[in-house]
Amino acid sequence: MSTPVLDVRGLAYAYPDGHQALFGVDLHVHQGERVALLGPNGAGKTTLVLHLNGIHTAGAGSVSVSGLPVEKANLTEIRRRVGIVFQDPDDQLFMGTVRADVGFGPANLGIKGAELDRRVMRALEQVGMAEYVDRPPHHLSFGQRRRVAVATVLVMEPEILVLDEPSSNLDPASRRELADILRSLDVTVLMVTHDLPYALELCPRSVVLSGGTVVADGSTYDVLTDDALMTAHRLELPFGFDPRTATPRP
Amino acid sequence: MGAGHGHKLHFHGHSPIHRVPAHLKLLTLLAFMIVVVATPRDWYPAFAVYLAVLVGVIAVSRVPPTYLLKRTVVEVPFVLFAVLLPFVATGPQTEVLGVSVSQHGLEAGIALLIKGTLGVLASLTLAATTEPNELLLGLERLHLPQQLVQIMSFMVRYLDVVTGEMQRMRIARESRGFTARNPRHWPVLARSAGALFIRSYERGERVHLAMLSRGYTGKMPR
Repeated sequence: MSTPVLDVRGLAYAYPDGHQALFGVDLHVHQGERVALLGPNGAGKTTLVLHLNGIHTAGAGSVSVSGLPVEKANLTEIRRRVGIVFQDPDDQLFMGTVRADVGFGPANLGIKGAELDRRVMRALEQVGMAEYVDRPPHHLSFGQRRRVAVATVLVMEPEILVLDEPSSNLDPASRRELADILRSLDVTVLMVTHDLPYALELCPRSVVLSGGTVVADGSTYDVLTDDALMTAHRLELPFGFDPRTATPRP
Repeated sequence: MGAGHGHKLHFHGHSPIHRVPAHLKLLTLLAFMIVVVATPRDWYPAFAVYLAVLVGVIAVSRVPPTYLLKRTVVEVPFVLFAVLLPFVATGPQTEVLGVSVSQHGLEAGIALLIKGTLGVLASLTLAATTEPNELLLGLERLHLPQQLVQIMSFMVRYLDVVTGEMQRMRIARESRGFTARNPRHWPVLARSAGALFIRSYERGERVHLAMLSRGYTGKMPR
């Protein structure tokens, strides 16, 4: 197979206070895949995500993105290649207008003028938020802010889009709209989520992280129907939802 | 948190005053304040002229006067101080409504009240006719250091978020039967303020992470 977009090998990490969060994680994600990263609270999912763009530095093991190792010297390029959408859009959207916010990343890469404008508008069109370009982000609804947060990352033309709990706090309509947007994008996706139906709907493949190691990696359907695995790692399907009888998306 | 409403101090409009570039309005406000403060305190006709000018500007801006007056409550602590002055100041005494008060204190109190009110009204007029973002751009055009403008823009951006958080904490307190009625309740409020500070600090860290993740290297792109 070709070089994986995301290649994590034997990644271990302990926080400065001594708490060990990751114990040798191996994860490969290939071009065009949509992968769900599942696991109970405290499994190390967020810690893993913060390694993907070099916010945390690996204690042991390595991370590389399309062959480029995550190291201090490559951070600018790594952060262009890995787009992380954080859980709280209020953390992600910090500028006065949607335009300035979406433009923040590419402007840091030295893009300006008409080219910057073109990319900002394209990213906003991809998430259906182009008409809000001159609004302050804090006047948008939560669902709209989440979509703008996705645009702030898309505008960097990343090789992999990493989403932390993309469906959290969204009403069902916004949740579905975001799913439609994610499905329409031609980009590799790694999605951290507790929303198992969402994982089944969007991601053909799932990886389960528990206690700082990968305990399962396979098709989302197989993972969700493996009752022993699910129970062992505190994963539960919501009431009334059974992947065996869920209607697959046409 | 709701969507679609403007800032609480801003009154949406299209008057000539709304259209003046923000940096000119800022400079005018600054000049006006300096003149008001520099005017000797017993030149009452001069203050009448300043007030007339201000009222004229407000009329042209078509911001309802009640809208501004309601917001002058920020001045209340100064009013209290001005009212106290005649009673606490020393020097020759004089009679007002049968009460013996300090002559200097009375004059100082009146001057403080007049100058303070003029200043607050003028500032409110600026705030009512200028979007916060415009104001920041105006400061930038006046070559205020980038860092200061950025700090202020973050303040504008997160003011609603932090006040929202504060409201939610208050509602949570009150939902569990707490209302601050007397000083014995202040420790609870102080702890809430502490929690709010820590939450805001942690949000600051998360925002910084989000900025780093999008290639921030310590300088705002321009």
